[in-house]
Amino acid sequence: MDLLLTLNLSISELVSPLTAAYILCAIGLSVHFGYTGLLNFGQAAFAAVGAYGMAIGVLTLKLPLLAAMGFALLCVVVFALILGIPTLRLRADYLAIVTIASAEVFRYLMSTSGFSEVTGGSNGLSQFGYEFYTWNPVPKGQYNLGLFTWTEEEVWLRLVAFSLVALSAVLVWLMMRSPWGRVMKGIREDEDAVRSLGKNVFWYKLQSLIIGGLFAGLGGIIFVIAMSNVQPSTWVTTFTFMIWTVLLLGGAATILGPIAGGMLFFVLLTLTNELLDGLRAIGWLPFLDQPQVAQIRFILIGLALMLLVVFRPQGIFGNKKELRFNA
Amino acid sequence: MPNDIVVGKAAPGCKKIDPIVVASNVTRQFGGNLAVNVEHLEIPRGKITALIGPNGAGKTTLFNLLTGFDKPNTGEWTFEGKNIAGVSSYKVARRGMIRTFQLTKSLNAMTVIENMRLGAQKQRGEGFFSSLFSFLWKGEEARITETADDLLKRFKLDAKREDYAGSLSGGQRKLLEMARALMSKPSLIMLDEPMAGVNPALTQSLLEHIKGLKAGGTTVLFVEHDMHMVRHISDWVIVMAEGKVVAEGEPNVVMKDQAVIDAYLGAHHDTDLGTMKKGK
Repeated sequence: MDLLLTLNLSISELVSPLTAAYILCAIGLSVHFGYTGLLNFGQAAFAAVGAYGMAIGVLTLKLPLLAAMGFALLCVVVFALILGIPTLRLRADYLAIVTIASAEVFRYLMSTSGFSEVTGGSNGLSQFGYEFYTWNPVPKGQYNLGLFTWTEEEVWLRLVAFSLVALSAVLVWLMMRSPWGRVMKGIREDEDAVRSLGKNVFWYKLQSLIIGGLFAGLGGIIFVIAMSNVQPSTWVTTFTFMIWTVLLLGGAATILGPIAGGMLFFVLLTLTNELLDGLRAIGWLPFLDQPQVAQIRFILIGLALMLLVVFRPQGIFGNKKELRFNA
Repeated sequence: MPNDIVVGKAAPGCKKIDPIVVASNVTRQFGGNLAVNVEHLEIPRGKITALIGPNGAGKTTLFNLLTGFDKPNTGEWTFEGKNIAGVSSYKVARRGMIRTFQLTKSLNAMTVIENMRLGAQKQRGEGFFSSLFSFLWKGEEARITETADDLLKRFKLDAKREDYAGSLSGGQRKLLEMARALMSKPSLIMLDEPMAGVNPALTQSLLEHIKGLKAGGTTVLFVEHDMHMVRHISDWVIVMAEGKVVAEGEPNVVMKDQAVIDAYLGAHHDTDLGTMKKGK
């Protein structure tokens, strides 16, 4: 087993565009759950709406890529309104049920053959992202950055993805230090108290759902540009729960939590996978075969999530006084 | 004492000279139980009115109905002459009718000062787009903080300014909730059991605060079981039982009403449990 290669692969996850996509989704979830207390278990759907919105914008509506991205974000807003208007009057736990169900509904709608002209059915969509690389200002060539060597396209994708992450983090910081953010935190604590002080709680919760959804939509866009295709099978509940793990790992009501949590999570995910696979290859784990190795890391994630919630609910950066599980 | 509250004779549902709240035919049914069944009720402006009655009399439910936190089966009511029946709770609060809760709703994971700031209404920084640009709301925030600090000093919470509300004692949370409600300078403040759980040392200062509110022109309506408080500070007492208003009047008169005493305060409400035993 090549330990150096394993380490290199793991560390490259720090700046992988997929990591950035998950981080964006987790930043959105921190707005929903961390700051407003909305139990959203359908974050995959917001990302999926963003991803499909952009792909359909390019392929069916023949929009330029940038306009298709705008269209995708508009779709996210509409999705948030459809989801939020009937459900945000409900208690937090009901919202959790509705969001998880709506994420599944959306995924099945995308994979059904009835709409495959537009959605690509279970095959998904591809060939919508070429224009992204025509914007690339990075000169052609191989870029050697010590540990990794990237092409100009790989550099450009990472640059965009992590600029979006930085921008989103700054935006959330600006929002949450303001009186607007104070209302959100108040709603997380006790929405009746906030209502009694004359704030339109429903409207604030809807704003939270939309804004957090938009970050996830951006995450979905980055995800499918990096993959260069959209698959319905990507947006399963596992996707949502990986976002939750990322968020809780870093700290739910923090700015840097989703970023650090995302980086740590994907480094560990790759590291465990490579290590287990390496150990299996040299015969140390005779009871596991290769597909089992790929599965066992998700068992470990589940275990890690449970331990996290029990022993460190505030995450790496969180303030224990500020965040307990009371939503 | 000349009567400056009531038109004619004090009686359940009597007309007031200057009412701030006027409610008629308010009913609220929970299953087979008619929790509130108020034919007519007027709350006098600029006075301290106590709402008393045994447990289950419908006092808190009436509070919830009037402030839009619950929907009545029937009923109309006005606040400052404007109909607010069916208006949602946050809009009621914006009109200047602010309530507190029986089970204190301090926002525990926020600091005391942030709790206070949240109480201020019509803040520019509470809009999403202006929230992003701090120069739009910095000045306003400073003014709000000044008001908040003044109130905290009055309520002797200034030492706790930066503490999380969750770390306060039950009585201090009551004070915080009341102070927070005052941030918006309400014309009517409705306190649901402000004395519950407040230690006796704080009681006296709390009473002074409530009197101070009246002096500042705020109308106070409060639910309370502590009869000393009712007698001490209220100008008017409304007695509810089984959802109905059964008596109204000045405290010394209502308290002496033998029927009220027996039925709703208990015949021995003023006697110490120890002396009662000895007496028998």
